Amino acid sequence: MASLMQRASRAAFLAAAIVWAGLLPAQGGAPKPVIEKAVKGQQCVEDTEYMRKNHMKVLNHHRDKTVIEGIRTKKHSLKECINCHASEKTGSVAKSKDDFCVSCHTYAAVKIDCFECHSTKPQGPMTMHPLNADTAHYKHKLAAGAKKPVSVDDMAKVAQ
Amino acid sequence: MASITFREVEGSSLKYWLLFGGLGLFVLFGALSWNYMHHYGHVVTGMDNQIVWGLPHVFAVFLIVAASGALNVASIASVFNKPMYKPLAPLSAILAIALMLGGLLVLVLDLGRSDRLIVAMTHFNFKSMFTWNVFLYSGFFALVGIYLWTMLDRTVKSYSKAAGTAAFIWRLLLTTGTGSLFGFLIARELYGTAMLAPMFIIMSFAYGLAVYLMVLAAAYSWTGRALGDTVMQRLRYLLVIFVAAVLYFVVTYHMTNLYFTKLHAVEAFILRDGGIFTTLFWFGQILAGCVIPLVILLTGLGRQRSWIMIACALVILGGILQMYVTIIGAQAYPLDLFPGLNEKSSFFDGVVHSYMPSVPELFLGLGGVAVALLVTTFAVKVLRLLPESLDDATVAKLEH
Amino acid sequence: MSEMNPNQGSPARQQAAQTVESLQRRRFIGAAGAAAGLAIAPGVMLIEVAHGRPEEQAASSAVRWGMLVDATKCGTGCNDCVTACSTENGWTPVAESAHPKQAPQWIRKLELQDPLTQMETNLPMMCQHCAEPPCVDVCPTGASFKRADGIVLVNRHTCIGCRYCMMACPYKARSLVHEQLNDTQKPDVPRGIGCVESCTFCVQKVDRGDGTTACVEACTASGHNALVFGDMNDPESEISRKLREIPTKQVRADLNLNLGVRYHGI
Ligand code: SF4
Ligand code: SF4
Repeated sequence: MASLMQRASRAAFLAAAIVWAGLLPAQGGAPKPVIEKAVKGQQCVEDTEYMRKNHMKVLNHHRDKTVIEGIRTKKHSLKECINCHASEKTGSVAKSKDDFCVSCHTYAAVKIDCFECHSTKPQGPMTMHPLNADTAHYKHKLAAGAKKPVSVDDMAKVAQ
Repeated sequence: MASITFREVEGSSLKYWLLFGGLGLFVLFGALSWNYMHHYGHVVTGMDNQIVWGLPHVFAVFLIVAASGALNVASIASVFNKPMYKPLAPLSAILAIALMLGGLLVLVLDLGRSDRLIVAMTHFNFKSMFTWNVFLYSGFFALVGIYLWTMLDRTVKSYSKAAGTAAFIWRLLLTTGTGSLFGFLIARELYGTAMLAPMFIIMSFAYGLAVYLMVLAAAYSWTGRALGDTVMQRLRYLLVIFVAAVLYFVVTYHMTNLYFTKLHAVEAFILRDGGIFTTLFWFGQILAGCVIPLVILLTGLGRQRSWIMIACALVILGGILQMYVTIIGAQAYPLDLFPGLNEKSSFFDGVVHSYMPSVPELFLGLGGVAVALLVTTFAVKVLRLLPESLDDATVAKLEH
Repeated sequence: MSEMNPNQGSPARQQAAQTVESLQRRRFIGAAGAAAGLAIAPGVMLIEVAHGRPEEQAASSAVRWGMLVDATKCGTGCNDCVTACSTENGWTPVAESAHPKQAPQWIRKLELQDPLTQMETNLPMMCQHCAEPPCVDVCPTGASFKRADGIVLVNRHTCIGCRYCMMACPYKARSLVHEQLNDTQKPDVPRGIGCVESCTFCVQKVDRGDGTTACVEACTASGHNALVFGDMNDPESEISRKLREIPTKQVRADLNLNLGVRYHGI
């Protein structure tokens, strides 16, 4: 596990360094991005190396499919990225500077626009919301929204 | 035909730099306003879900319309072959480019996502009038730019007429496009008519010429160059024709509307019950923008230069107010989803919408004006746009 | 969401509360029915697939989603559909907004009164999902678009916030997001500052196979039963049957936009 993390962070640094290299040669002082291990699952839906370089292509492709055609497969959906990568501490991928997306993007100085519109947090179980008089008649809906956490099995399925 | 010497404005006097700095300051204010609006969102403006286009659009559309009109003088020279207008043409072209730039900047910086300009430049929907305008505006810059080049560079002078004609046709299309931005909106009672396109063209003639006259007179008086009465008087009568035509179109437009029962309510709103909009229409657009300038220009007052300037200023003011009434007044009147029934909702259905422009909106709009003037001020310094003299003797020689 | 997938294994159902159990079973049965249809008759399959279409299948023009509003049943003073919409889609109810005139409203209750007869009508008003949408026509970037199944949406990735569509919509159905949302969005419903938005017919629910919208669910739950959602292309759907039976009108039918929302009792 530890070696995996090491490998991950080393590769991330490498990728980010490529971006930086042209701009700030041999600066060295910039804080390295913190790559928090995904909370759920063992393996990303694509090769880590591949994702590191191409996640934006994958996401852009899927986003057009989803928005325009209504295809909501899970494999390349941003929502699923967030489900796995949301930090255990903040529950988000972009809330604090060490959260998964922000940490690397800050380091690479690439602005992301995703979270102007997208929620940075996984879908929380709606049953957590206190039922009050106003929402009582939505009980059926709240129940429908109840989620089980994504299991390893699920991830394996997704990865296929 | 005698030749005319064009010379750059020296632009080293204190006065020049004061003007430059003053305009720069307004550009800066405009930039700050944009930054503020962009950071907090449109919540800091007076615009809302009822009045979706506000003061920035008033300025932007006015500047764009005036830009196409400012090209008039050049068109008369090249397309209609009037030698007296030839020396006036370069300023006319640069002013057109500058006003267009100012207007477009305001339009673009008011977008909800002004950071996504690149999207607007790469994604097109050809059924949208807006898309067509994007092309019309870029083409305008290109054509007027080429035209200006043919006027400034002796080696390509022979193409001047062709370039001028192309620019002239283009700018007619352009103003048709601007008018159609509104004309193609079926939802709003006051829009949705082909009448808006020709009306915008004739308005552009008047507003553009008024701006041109003021800039010309200012440039000549501040640089101490001679500007004879022949030129001023010629342009004075041209302005009379344009302003009268605007008045004619506005009257016809409203008279036609008054004939249709379904438009009675909204016409009554603009002409009688609309509060601020009615006031602005009658006292701003009609009285200050058309009637008083006509009186000034047609009576003996029009022989004095300061009165011509007052008339021009009034035409410009009337033009901005006309845009205000056209753009905001039409939105203030509620959409009629169920004709004949009273409507009420949490979304302000059935009530006249109020609009209070905010300070950043105003400064964004003024910023656009400042950009236009700044570009012009700078251009006359670096390019040979202004004839050394336009006194009566020089101009008289041209006519023979 | 995967959790809503009726085909999912049973552990989820066992863990979930009683209501979830029954709801999911209903869905499961629905899916089983679809599968059966697939096996028995290809003709039936077409329709069934359209309703609970598999995740990887694009929305199809064989379907046209639509809504029937029975204004005679719509409760005076009842706001349940509006509340349900704001809950489902994550927009702040106007009453709670600090800037009511700038607050987005995807759906609103409209109260009408005939000045002559004093007759009062009230009904929900929202995007009418025009077949010939003026908002789509005017949108410079193509961000406003009509999906194959008739749902009119704003692609927030290309919306530049020019508000031309708001000027063009005859139903005042659209709102601009005027301020930062600060991560209050629902994971299923991205929405953001500077972009225009409107009713989506709960597209996230439609894609999930719910076959209904939050407002319809709420209206039914409140007992008013004024709203019906469904496929107007399917002659056997509840909405098509109702539309055949009772007289309905389109709002501002003079514009001839062929609306996806039809009203009875106006
Ligand atoms: S109701 Fe308005 S927003 Fe909805 S599709 Fe029609 S024009 Fe577009
Ligand atoms: S605001 Fe967005 S969706 Fe509306 S017309 Fe402009 S770009 Fe299109």
